[in-house]
Amino acid sequence: MTAPPDDCLARNEWICGAYLSTRRQILLDAVVQHLQLTSVSVLIGLAIALPLAVLARRWTLAAGPVLGVTTILYTIPSLAMFSLLLPLYGLSAGLVVAGLVLYSLTLLVRNILAGLRAVPQETRQAARGLGYGPIRLLLTVELPLALPAAMAGLRIATVSAVSLVTVGAIVGFGGLGNLIYAGMNTYFKAQVLTASVLCVLIAVAADVLLLGVQWLITPWARAARG
Amino acid sequence: MNTLGATWDWLTDPAHWSGGDGVWRRLLQHLVLTVVCLVISCLIALPVALVLGHLGKGGALAVNISNVGRAVPTFAVLVLLLLTPVGKWGEGPTVVALVLFAVPPLLTNAYVGMREVDRSVVQAAQGMGMTGRQMLFHVELPLSLPLVLTGVRIAAVQLVATATIAALAGGGGLGRIITAGFNLASTPQVVAGALLVAVFALIVEAVFEVGERLAPARARGGR
Repeated sequence: MTAPPDDCLARNEWICGAYLSTRRQILLDAVVQHLQLTSVSVLIGLAIALPLAVLARRWTLAAGPVLGVTTILYTIPSLAMFSLLLPLYGLSAGLVVAGLVLYSLTLLVRNILAGLRAVPQETRQAARGLGYGPIRLLLTVELPLALPAAMAGLRIATVSAVSLVTVGAIVGFGGLGNLIYAGMNTYFKAQVLTASVLCVLIAVAADVLLLGVQWLITPWARAARG
Repeated sequence: MNTLGATWDWLTDPAHWSGGDGVWRRLLQHLVLTVVCLVISCLIALPVALVLGHLGKGGALAVNISNVGRAVPTFAVLVLLLLTPVGKWGEGPTVVALVLFAVPPLLTNAYVGMREVDRSVVQAAQGMGMTGRQMLFHVELPLSLPLVLTGVRIAAVQLVATATIAALAGGGGLGRIITAGFNLASTPQVVAGALLVAVFALIVEAVFEVGERLAPARARGGR
């Protein structure tokens, strides 16, 4: 019988190189699941939030209910949100995605609406005077001008989603949260710390990436400043 | 419909409300945790924010700290704390994590509120010969109160949510009903627990909403 290895895994240290090299595949899978859950839910959230915000902008009557309902959804704690959706989705990735979509809706609708409302009346009138119809006005004038506010909302929604995915561990679809949950039950320090740090890194990377996208798609903002 | 009926049965069964794992005890735990942590966080964050805001220093810190708070997963912090020596003091990790997550909104809102006080009013107070302390308590604090209170409200709602997640890491509170439901594979209990948590969170939000409505117009920022 061989003696147990005396490496950092056996000593259960917080920082452990051997953990990184031996569990590379597990970490990679968790990161991929984390990224998939986050991106799918934020994209679906965006696809729902955009029409809602435009609707709320067009019909002022719709603005109150739309903002009210999304704010109430945001107040519900994440663990409760995932649990409330359990009868609808069962133990599936869809459950986590649905919960995250509901959370991102609040931030996205509110910011897109604020952006649309901030479009100056003169700009809108000038476009109408040039013969722009309502659709063309929306697509080529209002939405581009609302982009900075919308992107700010998208960044907050994405960063929050990255951190909320971890709670999905309760149903087994939590990306890096799964590793944290498993590490908690086995007191595996290296796993908990590594997964937590990766989570924060993903959030920061996503934020920087979106900032870069915003820089690329709003060239006029750069021209005005430069 | 079946789940809804079973959830209703769970909620109306008196056996689930009393005793050590009963709803009333969990509710009380949740409430005590939230209130205690809100008070501790206010005691830590508000003096710092008010002094920094009065002196006009540390603005970048106060604003960035809330962005950092958003990127760090609550659940990860709870588990990390659980594995450190803090984890041995019972509710220790929960309280520390709750305070950590309540401090950023308090700090940021109080600081921004202090800085948004009309500079000419502050200069007038200075011209009248007010001391720094007088200016802070009689001019800047009353004027920044609406934003400070908004921060307290956000922190309270955040605390309710975080106290729920604490159940995942073995803490007390209403979240325990949900995690116990998952362990028993009892969907009605999970849904009942989630409903209780959601209603509790909405009540806390509503209490602050009503409090703001009842507050004097000056404290609401009305002119």
